[in-house]
Amino acid sequence: MKHPDDRPIDERDLHAYVDGELDARRRLQVEAWLAGHPRDAARVADYRRIRERLHRRYDPVLTESPPEAAAVPCRDAGTLARVAAVAGLMLVSGLFGWSLRGAPGVPVQADLVRPAAFAHRVYSTDPRRPVEIPGGDRQSLNRWVSQRMHTELRAPDLSGQGLRLIGGRLLPSTDRMAAQFMYETADGRRVTVYVRRITAGRAGSEFHYREQDGLHVFYWMDAEMGYAVIGSEPAARLIGIAGAVRRAFERRG
Amino acid sequence: MGRRDALIVQHIPRLRRYARALLHDVDRAEDLVQETLARALDRFHFWRRGSDLRAWLFTLMHNQFVNDCRRDGRRPVTWSLDDGPDPAADADAASEAGLRDIGAALMRLPVEQRAVLLLVSLEGLSYKETARVLGIRPGTVMSRLHRARERLRDWLDEARDDPVQRLRSVK
Repeated sequence: MKHPDDRPIDERDLHAYVDGELDARRRLQVEAWLAGHPRDAARVADYRRIRERLHRRYDPVLTESPPEAAAVPCRDAGTLARVAAVAGLMLVSGLFGWSLRGAPGVPVQADLVRPAAFAHRVYSTDPRRPVEIPGGDRQSLNRWVSQRMHTELRAPDLSGQGLRLIGGRLLPSTDRMAAQFMYETADGRRVTVYVRRITAGRAGSEFHYREQDGLHVFYWMDAEMGYAVIGSEPAARLIGIAGAVRRAFERRG
Repeated sequence: MGRRDALIVQHIPRLRRYARALLHDVDRAEDLVQETLARALDRFHFWRRGSDLRAWLFTLMHNQFVNDCRRDGRRPVTWSLDDGPDPAADADAASEAGLRDIGAALMRLPVEQRAVLLLVSLEGLSYKETARVLGIRPGTVMSRLHRARERLRDWLDEARDDPVQRLRSVK
């Protein structure tokens, strides 16, 4: 009886040969066939060349190095938990830093991210006077900050995130004033929210992430304002906090 | 990092590579990867332990891709339609790089042929896995693969005829 594989070689075999889908017996038959059929041999060579070209073109994506900032698509608050989980994955894979929609330019790094992280380091570790106005008097804090920032600003209530408001302060940030609100977790770790006017702002921009001096910074722009949430909390938790901050400021506006 | 995350993370680079080649658009490719990861985290309990996680992730990515097409109306509603070249592909980049850029050549393939070719030739999935990922019959994998490769052979031929390349080989 004839073996089913003894049928004549056709184009399916050529593909299967290139893709390693043949058993040893059929593979030998194809090789014998190719030796006597240069047109098919050329075709097989071309198929292999296509594979090589694909790898040459796209393998660099495997190890692409991430630029500084990242944007996470965040269409609504409900997706935030998922975004946080994905952010966690991307962070550990080292890919999160990879920009989606073009990282914001240098001014945002210089005007928002760096001073925000610096202010966090300076004041969150200050044992005596971490804030100028304590959070106990929310009304005074809000009034004072709003006056000096020339816009209505209220310290977000983050108790839903397990954060207690310690208070806030104003600080000079290059040519503008910035406001810093400071919070504390139940076990005493500090998270700060930093707000200042940004000329290069884009309305409703995505969340961006950046690691600055060992701190996680999530930041975004809305209208003319830039916002940053800074802390040493795990990024997946901090982005949840950042989402709550964003919602709080959006509700106000 | 939990076991689940550790398992998924190792496949991210390949998901990105495939998405990039499939879409020829950095932003959309990255969106697709992130949406796929979100889905994978949501549905991880559906993954059958011991089965091929990579194939499962590619399946999620494919389904996400089809959903995105429907939602955005950017692409044909039915995956099996021949949609021809992707209008989103950067026309300038394609013409500038001429026929020598295989990325541009890929974008001239109907998307379902492109997917098969990439899963087999770039990602090294078997025909059976490819059929499962795309939800098509193995015979269809074979015919799409054949059409895709024959079209790209034409492209290789054109590239060979390209004066710039000829000049190079003369040197």
